[in-house]
Amino acid sequence: MNDAAQPKVRVATTSLAGCFGCHMSFLDIDERLFELLERIEFDRSPFTDIKHCGPCDVGLIEGGICNADNVHVLREFRKNCKILVAVGACAVNGGLPAQRNHIDLGECLEEVYVTEISLAKGCIPNDPELPLPLDKVHPLHEVVKIDYFLPGCPPTADAIWKFLTDLLAGRTPHLGHGLIHYD
Amino acid sequence: MTAEGKTASFQLDGATVPFEPGQTVIQAALAAGHYIPHLCYHPEFKPHGSCRVCTVEVDGRTVASCTLQAQDGMEVLSQSDRLRKEHQTLVQMLFVEGNHFCPSCEQSGNCRLQAVAYDLDIMSAELDHLFPNRPVDASHPEILLEFNRCILCELCVRASAEVDGKNVFALSGRGITKHLIVNAESGRLADTDIAVTDKAMEVCPVGVILRKGVGFRVPIGERRFDRQPISAQAREDAPRRPTTGNEDST
Ligand code: SF4
Ligand code: SF4
Repeated sequence: MNDAAQPKVRVATTSLAGCFGCHMSFLDIDERLFELLERIEFDRSPFTDIKHCGPCDVGLIEGGICNADNVHVLREFRKNCKILVAVGACAVNGGLPAQRNHIDLGECLEEVYVTEISLAKGCIPNDPELPLPLDKVHPLHEVVKIDYFLPGCPPTADAIWKFLTDLLAGRTPHLGHGLIHYD
Repeated sequence: MTAEGKTASFQLDGATVPFEPGQTVIQAALAAGHYIPHLCYHPEFKPHGSCRVCTVEVDGRTVASCTLQAQDGMEVLSQSDRLRKEHQTLVQMLFVEGNHFCPSCEQSGNCRLQAVAYDLDIMSAELDHLFPNRPVDASHPEILLEFNRCILCELCVRASAEVDGKNVFALSGRGITKHLIVNAESGRLADTDIAVTDKAMEVCPVGVILRKGVGFRVPIGERRFDRQPISAQAREDAPRRPTTGNEDST
């Protein structure tokens, strides 16, 4: 990974209906980040705080789709990224947020904000700034085309490293036993 | 043995696999140390042929190897690109038909569905998820039934009826509405005579029939299929006939 003449690979990342655990796991590659940064540069990402995604080579998306804003961000990524990757259990199959999928959305909000016993005088938030929740949480591939999936809750730093180094070397990413995990 | 007194054998992906009369292709293959992915097949029970994950190709036709009688000279393929794709799709369909959230599943790491998927390099179910609504049955003091993960293999049905002599479980409905039920008037597990020592408690390949209170005793990451892929372990599960040690020399 030391061909300095090569232009840097532009990478965008975001967390949709996720917990940022996948981003934390990404940071867990530790000192390998230095090696990585010789080959890549970040576009929109919580690491840069750039708010909108420009043309990129790779988009890494953590989290599934639970509200209208998630759909907009996902489409922005799909439009701008040559390769779009679903990172982590929530992006791959909806994950923990999707465990509300068998509950009626109205009843769910009612319980969380109004009838839940620890709440005094709750009400369902209705600020127009808030993105509208979807009736079901969806994995990314149900909304846009996804090129690669990197499962795990979160995928380990080693799995993320293997995936990215394969991709940067022009190989089809392959995890294999020990790195492929859904848990 | 064939009429000429030779050991009968078939070809599996180019390797010679000897067999005893009456053995199915998967039985002979596993006994000889060859792995064919499978889920509803269990060496102690009559083959069921429902999950189709053990599909192989014989003379251009695809068949479930758990119900296919081995025949002398037969040529069987289990590893072509086309079959691998079929195995993957069959397993992916099992994932989207239920609710499989492995990070919060007691069985993760010990689960055969998950292990078979790892072995097939399945990174995502890729299909649209059905997200069915399947309430759990927590009525029994010692046993939890997590229907969301049932793959309808009927192993618990077979074990409860054939080994335990209890008939605790049954499948009901057809097609996409087919589901596992509990044979009690109330439909609740607490109203059956199931016991934690029953065979039906052991056979579920996924995380449906769970002993309460022990699910996370072994941490995730240190479980059976975390240590070794299922393909490397499957042979250990296969009942072996006495060998002379040189049957699989090709
Ligand atoms: S039963 Fe297996 S595949 Fe399903 S959630 Fe549990 S570990 Fe995952
Ligand atoms: S509960 Fe388990 S053993 Fe019974 S049919 Fe479902 S998957 Fe098979």
